[in-house]
Formats: sequence, C-alpha cells, structure tokens
Amino acid sequence: MPTFVRTEKCDGCKGQDKTACMYICPHNLMKLDKDGSETGHAMKAFNQEPEQCWECYSCVKICPQNAIEARHYADVVPLGASVQPLRGSDSIMWTIVFRNGNKKRFKFPIRTTPEGSIEPYAGKPQVNMDDIDKPGFFNMGKELKGDRSQLIRL
Amino acid sequence: MAEGTFGNPQVIEEEVDILLIGGGMACCGAAYEIMRLTEGTDLKIKLVDKAALDRSGAVAQGLSAINTYLGDNDPADYTRMVANDLMGITRDDLAYDLGRHVDDSVQLFEEWGLPIWKQKGDEGKSLKDGGKPVRSGKWQIMINGESYKWIVAEAAKKALGTDRIQERVFIVKLINDKNDPERVAGAIGFSVREHKVYVYKFKACLLAAGGCVNLFRPRSVGEGSGRAWYPVWNAGSTYAMAAEAGAELTMMENRFVPARFKDGYGPVGAWFLLFKAKATNAFGENYMERNKDMLNDYPPYGQAAVPASCLRNHLMMHEMKEGRGPIYMDTPTALAKLAETMTPKEIKHLEAEAWEDFLDMCIGQAGVWAGENIEPEKRPSELMPTEPYLLGSHSGCCGIWVSGPTDLGAPPEWSWGYRSMTTVKGLFTAGDGVGASGHKFSSGSHAEGRLAAKAMVKYALDNKDWKPELDTPVDELVSDIYQPVKTFLEYKDYSTAIDVNPNYITPKMLQFRLQKIMDEYCAGVATWYQTNAKMLDVCEYKLEMLKEDSFKMRAKDLHELLRAWENYHRIITAEAHMKHIQFREESRYPGFYYRMDFNLVDEENWKCFVNSTYDRKSRKWSLKKVPHVDLVAK
Repeated sequence: MPTFVRTEKCDGCKGQDKTACMYICPHNLMKLDKDGSETGHAMKAFNQEPEQCWECYSCVKICPQNAIEARHYADVVPLGASVQPLRGSDSIMWTIVFRNGNKKRFKFPIRTTPEGSIEPYAGKPQVNMDDIDKPGFFNMGKELKGDRSQLIRL
Repeated sequence: MAEGTFGNPQVIEEEVDILLIGGGMACCGAAYEIMRLTEGTDLKIKLVDKAALDRSGAVAQGLSAINTYLGDNDPADYTRMVANDLMGITRDDLAYDLGRHVDDSVQLFEEWGLPIWKQKGDEGKSLKDGGKPVRSGKWQIMINGESYKWIVAEAAKKALGTDRIQERVFIVKLINDKNDPERVAGAIGFSVREHKVYVYKFKACLLAAGGCVNLFRPRSVGEGSGRAWYPVWNAGSTYAMAAEAGAELTMMENRFVPARFKDGYGPVGAWFLLFKAKATNAFGENYMERNKDMLNDYPPYGQAAVPASCLRNHLMMHEMKEGRGPIYMDTPTALAKLAETMTPKEIKHLEAEAWEDFLDMCIGQAGVWAGENIEPEKRPSELMPTEPYLLGSHSGCCGIWVSGPTDLGAPPEWSWGYRSMTTVKGLFTAGDGVGASGHKFSSGSHAEGRLAAKAMVKYALDNKDWKPELDTPVDELVSDIYQPVKTFLEYKDYSTAIDVNPNYITPKMLQFRLQKIMDEYCAGVATWYQTNAKMLDVCEYKLEMLKEDSFKMRAKDLHELLRAWENYHRIITAEAHMKHIQFREESRYPGFYYRMDFNLVDEENWKCFVNSTYDRKSRKWSLKKVPHVDLVAK
C-alpha cells in the first residue's frame, strides 16, 4: 500500500527545507519537489519510490495537514478500500473503509505519559564502576534472575 | 572546506571514543546504558542513523506484543526454548545472559510510557511492582505498541542529547587500523540529503544495523515488493560491513521463512492464541494433526511441546506440495465457537484486539482485508510461507560470532574478554548482529545493546591512550564511496535513456538480478526452498559476476547512492548465505530450506556451528566447523 500525497492538502510544510514526511520516512522515500520539475506540483511532497514502501504509515501519521494516505498495492489488492489513522498524543484513531463500503472504527491508546516527558535517569542509581566487569545493568540489583544449578558445566 | 557538490562531496572528519551505528532497538538500548556509564569520564560518544531515530529499525511501525519478557520463567528454560526452535545449534551463554537481563528493559519501557496490558485486577500496577501482564504465549506479553519505537527513541535521545546524534547518514564501510589489521579504527558513510561524506575514527563501535530483507525475490514483485515481512530497509549492512572488516560470521546458513497471512504478511499470533483458530488445508483438515508423524523424523526438535518453527512450515508445505492448498486460517469456525460461550460485546472487544494486532505492526494486512472485503466470521484467510529473511533477533540465528559472558560455564573459546565484541578488536554488535542466539526480538535487542555498551565502555577505558589510525587514505575511501556517482556523471550522456546504458547498472536492476539468482538457485520460493550442490555451483558462478558488476552501479542522485550501497551489502550477505548452505552438508532447517542432496538433519556430523570469514582484498570466503556445547541440559 504505497502512500501518496493529496495535492490540494500538502503545503510542503510551509516552505521549510524539509517536510515532516521527509524527516520521518525510514526508507528515504518522501521527497519535496521544490520547483515542480518532477511532479508538476511545486513545493509539494511525493513518494519517490512507491514499490519500496513498507506501509509503515510513519509519514501518514506525522503529516500536519493529514495530506498523506495510502492506496493499497496495485499488484495485490482490489481498489476502493482505505485505512486511515489520526494519531493524537495519547491515542490513535483508525478508520477502515472496505471496498464494499463497510466501515470500522477503532481507537487504541499509544502512550501513558506526555510526549517529551521522559527523564531517563531520574531516580536511578549512580554507576559503580567496580561492577563494570560483572553481569547486570547499572540500575539492577546485585541478584540476577536464574536458578544457577541448571547450568550443567559449572 | 568549500561546500560539496554532487560529484565532489564535502568531507567531514570526526574522532570519537565510541560510535553507535544504527538507530533501532539495540542502539537505543546502548545509548541509554552508555550515557549513564560514561558520566564523569571524558569519553566521546556519537550515534549515526541512516533514518530518523523516532521511526527507524524494525520497530518503526510499532508492535502489538513484546515477545521476550521472562517474568517468572527461568533463563534456563528460555535458553532451552531458543535452542529447540533453532534446531539445537545456538550459544547457550548468549541466550541465558539475555534471559537474565531482558526484563529490566521492558520495565523501563513501561516506566517511559509504553502501555502494557495487565491481567484483571492488576490494571494500573506496573510490571516492576509485580503487575501480571496479559500473556499471548509463554514468553510474549501484549502491548498497545503503536508508539513503541517513538517512546524508546525519546529515552535514547534524551540520554544522548541532540549533539551526539547524526541522522540521515548511511555508514557503508568499516576501516581497519593501520597498525593492526585485526582491529577496527573507523567508519565511513555519506549523507543521503547533503553532499557530505562522514569519516569517523574511534576506539570502539557498535554495529547494529539490522538483518537482511529483499535479497531473495519477494512473492510480490510490483508495488507489493515493499511489503516485506521484515522492514525493507534492512539491507544486510550489519553482516556485510562486519565481514569486510574481517569479523567471523556464524550460522549464516540460517534464515527465517515466516508463515503469515498471504500478501499482507500480517501477524497470525492473535488468531492462534486469542481466538484459538486452527490452520487447515483447503479441505478443512488440521495439517499439524494430519502430518504429525512427520515430526518424528526430526527428534528431538519435532517432539518438543512447541515444535521448531521451521518444522511447522515443513508440515504446511507438505500439504501445499501434495495439492491440498490453499492453506487457511479457519477464522469462521473459531469465531462461531467463541460465539457459543461469549457475549456479542465480548466478541466485539476481541475483534478490536485482532484488528489492533494488524494496525499496530502490519497496517498493510488491514489494507488487504479491507480491499478484499474479508469478514473473518464468513471467510477464512490464506496463510503462506514468505520469501526468506536473514536475521538474528527473531526466529533466526545468523549473524556475527561474539565473545560471551564468562560466568555461565561456557568453553573458554567462547569468550575473549569483552561481552559482545566480535573477533575484530573494537567491533561490537547486538540485536540482529549477534549470531547463534535468536528469539531476542525488540526487548532483547534493546537489552543486548545495553550489554554491548557496558563492554564498550570498559574497552574504551582500557585503551584510553590508544589512537586509531585508518589503514586507507581518506581521499581513496571517499572516492570509493562516491564511485557510483562518478560512473553516472561520466557516462550519462552515452545513451538517450538514462536507465539503459552499457556502462553501468542501476541499483534497482542489480537488486532484481540478485533476487532472481537467489530465488532460483539458493532455495527461494521458486523451487519450494530446495537446492543442491549443483544449483549452488551455478549460484556461486552468477553471484561472482554480480559482485563484479556491483562496482559498475550508477547513482543519479543521493537517494540512488543509498540504494547502491544497500544493494552492495545485500550481495555480500547473500554470498555468505550461499557459502554457508554449500558448506553445511545437511538440511538443518526443513521448512526454511532443503539441501535435496543431503535431505536430513545429521546430528552426528553437523550438530556444530559453521563460522566463516571474508578477505576483503581477495574477496574470498573461508569456512569451518566450530564445536557445539550445551550449558543447560536439553
């Protein structure tokens, strides 16, 4: 299901050098056509290599204009369906439209803490460098899990 | 230095103590551990990712479960499960070590904000405080994982700070030390957005750039070729770069062929485990039952409570080859059965969970069902074994041979001082990179990154006064990296259509050629995963020429330069895979591949590791057997 960009909705992320979809695509597929020479639509983004699209929806979820959708792989899937998310800060809403017009909607939580709130080492112990040769992570107690009598070569 | 141009990039050189190559779970775990461990030292750290940390690696899309959380299970049992699923040949030291560490990473994820499902009565109680997770299997726990990677990346980014992260730079080569060829001293890569080449010098690096996808011809060859089961951007970079630097690889004959919903490759776990659905042949017969005697051909791996993954494929493919396909997940029967005991509301809830399984980690499968008007209560869905994938973190165990922990009774040859260091000094790996283990999944890869981080810090401190020196001049390295661009600029006007030109090959066509060779001769789907020594001879002959032609790849822009180097990495990985299958004269993984000239599991001669090394100069491989030892009773 390669993603595509709706011409009328994309604003090229308001003339910035890099669009949100370009920033996020893990496979470097999204591209801003600055002068319109590649698509005929200047300052709008497009998927430059649709047959390499994993359908991870990273671009769909991040687009501030909701301008990106997916059209199911043409060599596999019949036309007419759509699967579209709306990702908020703590949940995601999905709308699935079947080829025959049936609809399903789902909402799932995505996160229990506010975005940007992680303090990675808050309340964590300091490192004891004397333990660097021993198993265990810096924040774990000394006792590791495991009944060592099961290790038959010890 | 002057700003770069397409043919003449700007070169940026930087020296650090430790470089993290990759941005997936392993490198995020390493980042978390390393920044705490190096507080108060002056060690310089940098992470380089070819994508954006928020959505890079195999967890980019999200996941609906964490497949490795031990909870009350013992690491020895985990080690047994890993070994059995991978047909007996795994490193118990690595699996056990992972098993005793992994839960801490999962507990951190929850603390950072990942929603983890809890059993009734334990809602709101964290795992750390003894909250009981909802298990979808002995080792798996269910999550609302759409933002799994986003959350883990946020912690890594906070730990590192923006200045230590370089995104959109693709590292393509490791460079050995000038004075010690068995040591790594640097890495080179290029920006996929600007005309810049980056050269890093370091004491140690963590190479954790994922497994290998699209080295075989996929079942869908049009737009659908992107719908790989594992992420399509995993290009074998970990294996290829390590091999070229001289690191010993292990079990590169292993592959994973998941049996999934056909075409979308969506997960089947929820249907098996939550709905108790059965997989059947076209006539409604449960082929695992019908063919169960076939499991007795493979003791003890077929007779375990859960037979090895490859053997479950073996039984499925028998049905298909005997003409009793398609294979179905019998969703109507399962739902009808549930309706007898559950209220419509409960079933609706379960249905939402099944859709979430797709939407969290394989949205494309939801697209297939929507496009084909699949109502699971009315119509069963087809299952299909996919094209082969190479990886070391899921149900696969190919990868790099690393030094293990010393307190578990492993033979002395399995450890050379620094946990997770390869046979090349200073080169560490984790996740898909660590071979002969497997079943780490997302959480285990994160934990394994942390284990490597700890050892790298020790290594960097132990080698505080050592200065890296590159064995090749920087201008020569830059020239190599940009060769596809030079080739394009030199020849592009020779023909009127830029894609058809006798002086170069496009990365896309080279990838098609690789996929055709591997599919037809190295046990791809075209031959029902079957090969033999004669077919492998042909494969070898054709790969040799493909490798030669890879130096004639063109890049018409930076995006194509990215694809060119990804495909070079795929070729080296594919070659390792072929060489290992050629060397191992048995069929260790029936259902994943068959050597038809040695169609048996030969415990007497082949219950051993196969390790290989590659010589960058002569471009030749050497292979050997390495003895296997059990550290827990099997």
